[in-house]
Amino acid sequence: MPNQTDGANQNQADQNQNANLAINIVAMHKWYGEFHVLKDINLAVTSGERIVICGPSGSGKSTMIRCINRLEEHQQGDIIVDGVELTNDLKNIETVRREVGMVFQHFNLFPHLTVLENCTLAPIWVRKTPKSEAVEAAMKYLERVKIPEQANKFPGQLSGGQQQRVAIARSLCMNPRIMLFDEPTSALDPEMIKEVLDVMVELAQEGMTMLCVTHEMGFAKTVANRVIFMDVGEIIEENTPDRFFDHPQHDRTKLFLSQILSH
Amino acid sequence: MASNEKSYAPGQHPDLPAPTNLVGPIAWIRGNLLSSPTNIVLTALAAWFLYTILPSTLNWLFFDAVFTGEDRNACRAAGEGACWAFIGERFKLFTYGFYPLEQRWRVNLSFVLLCLAMVPVLFDKVPYRQYGLYYAMAFPFIAGWLLVGGNILVLELPIVPTDKFGGIMLTLVIGVTGIAFSLPLGILLALGRSSRLPLIRIFCIGFIEFIRGVPLITLLFVASTMLSYFLPPGTKFDLLLRVLIMVTLFASAYMAEVIRGGLQAIPNGQIEAGDALGLKYWPAMRLIVLPQALKISIPGIVNTFIGLYKDTTLVIIIGLLDPLGIGRASLSDPKWTGLSNEVYLFVALFFFISCFAMSRYSLYLEGKLETGHKR
Ligand SMILES: Nc1ncnc2c1ncn2[C@@H]1O[C@H](COP(=O)(O)OP(=O)(O)OP(=O)(O)O)[C@@H](O)[C@H]1O
Ligand SMILES: [Mg+2]
Repeated sequence: MPNQTDGANQNQADQNQNANLAINIVAMHKWYGEFHVLKDINLAVTSGERIVICGPSGSGKSTMIRCINRLEEHQQGDIIVDGVELTNDLKNIETVRREVGMVFQHFNLFPHLTVLENCTLAPIWVRKTPKSEAVEAAMKYLERVKIPEQANKFPGQLSGGQQQRVAIARSLCMNPRIMLFDEPTSALDPEMIKEVLDVMVELAQEGMTMLCVTHEMGFAKTVANRVIFMDVGEIIEENTPDRFFDHPQHDRTKLFLSQILSH
Repeated sequence: MASNEKSYAPGQHPDLPAPTNLVGPIAWIRGNLLSSPTNIVLTALAAWFLYTILPSTLNWLFFDAVFTGEDRNACRAAGEGACWAFIGERFKLFTYGFYPLEQRWRVNLSFVLLCLAMVPVLFDKVPYRQYGLYYAMAFPFIAGWLLVGGNILVLELPIVPTDKFGGIMLTLVIGVTGIAFSLPLGILLALGRSSRLPLIRIFCIGFIEFIRGVPLITLLFVASTMLSYFLPPGTKFDLLLRVLIMVTLFASAYMAEVIRGGLQAIPNGQIEAGDALGLKYWPAMRLIVLPQALKISIPGIVNTFIGLYKDTTLVIIIGLLDPLGIGRASLSDPKWTGLSNEVYLFVALFFFISCFAMSRYSLYLEGKLETGHKR
């Protein structure tokens, strides 16, 4: 479904709202011990939608998107990803993880494997793709992120921007329907941020469903359908990028925007 | 020497030979032996020390030594040097213990098979490595049958009781068994110790702490005497087998702790990345976590191997004769009195060669597994 256009999605969404939801989070709460980190989160994402999540440090952005592929467990409410509800059922968790790709702030590439092996590992062992096919697909994605020539190097020999692009390719090799990004550019030098954002913009243009925690406001303006602002574990405000940046509703949002846009 | 005009276009400067005071033997001597006053003094002291002890040592070891002879008198007649004739005469005993003469080909064959099994384990560029590894996994069992005998399917070998095992062969049997089984067992224990399932975790912690809290000698005594009280009367449980089990369990507890150290060094992000890709627990461990954790643990693992290998001499205490045991027994031969230096040196040399080889291999392996991620 990644190649469906927005219009088609919109129509379908109108007819049958729930069926077409890529992600549906309903009244979700999460605690770390005593600490109530996520409070009454409600979020519905239709497929093909691109959502940017921002908010101050410690507001629970990472925790929220990590709940979507069950890297973190939630205690109350429902999370339904691609029609599969996340419970303690390991089968469901596996199904969801196969459909959801994730890109981390610190890349988390496997340092003992080459770039190519990083990319083929999951297709071979999770999807049981034959090795030759997996290699072929991996090379295709490495070309898409513009580093096919690095395929036989080890991650430690690449620059940060290149590593993050490998991480994106590694996720794409699993043909996910949804991609989660947790501050993919915040560990990078300014000159490398662009090469990673370019890849992400391209991905967005191809219609991938994306949830992206980032403070790159330029990126949010170009590709996001919606921007979500979180603070102290709650979704404070959500809006289209234009309205979000030009007419923020809440004082907290205004303060946050003034802080990140001031430099 | 600042010249104003450049003789080469930018980027075109050729590589010039290094100045002579940076390379060559004289530079090496200056840099390594005479680089500071302290260094000069130390070099002089070392030279003097070598000058005083080297000639007499070499004389005793080689130039005045006797390499062949019937008994102690042959050596006495020749002079002051070492009496290697003794070791020569006992060499077979040192190697095979009391293994029956006409069956010794089985020991030799096992040794050849051992060398073959080590090739695919130690080096990763050998052709058909996959099959080699299967063979290596089967090797301990093949060798066990070869050495002990009995019949498998149609093949039958006369049984050699394990109390005939001895010498270097015994050391290798215990050492190789311990090494081959303690590593996988140690990995399982280390993973179990960090398991989320309380029952498994408690069992692993209990096992590791118990074994580490008891000296190996005690365990060997338990193996040789007490175990027969626990077993149903009349069961025959080979002493060597009991020793093998105890040595393996002992080493695996240490191995587990060494590997746990390696596991802890792996950032959580690695497991999360595996989870996010949909890998289950065992594939994630096998493909992502263990290769990295084991690589970090190589020095500790080899250290444990070497410790285990040397600890095999402790079996003397329960009556098995390893090279040291054979050596000590030989010393009481009236034909060859007063040759303890030669015997102990020989045994020390044997252990040193084996352990040094292991330690060099571990360095080689570390270098080979370095993929430049320590940036
Ligand atoms: N494993 C944990 N145990 C306890 N508290 C945690 C844990 N992980 C995160 N927290 C807390 O939960 C809150 C939300 O963390 P989270 O990482 O989601 O924030 P964030 O919005 O992603 O912040 P940042 O922008 O700094 O990444 C923080 O106050 C953090 O201290
Ligand atoms: Mg975060």
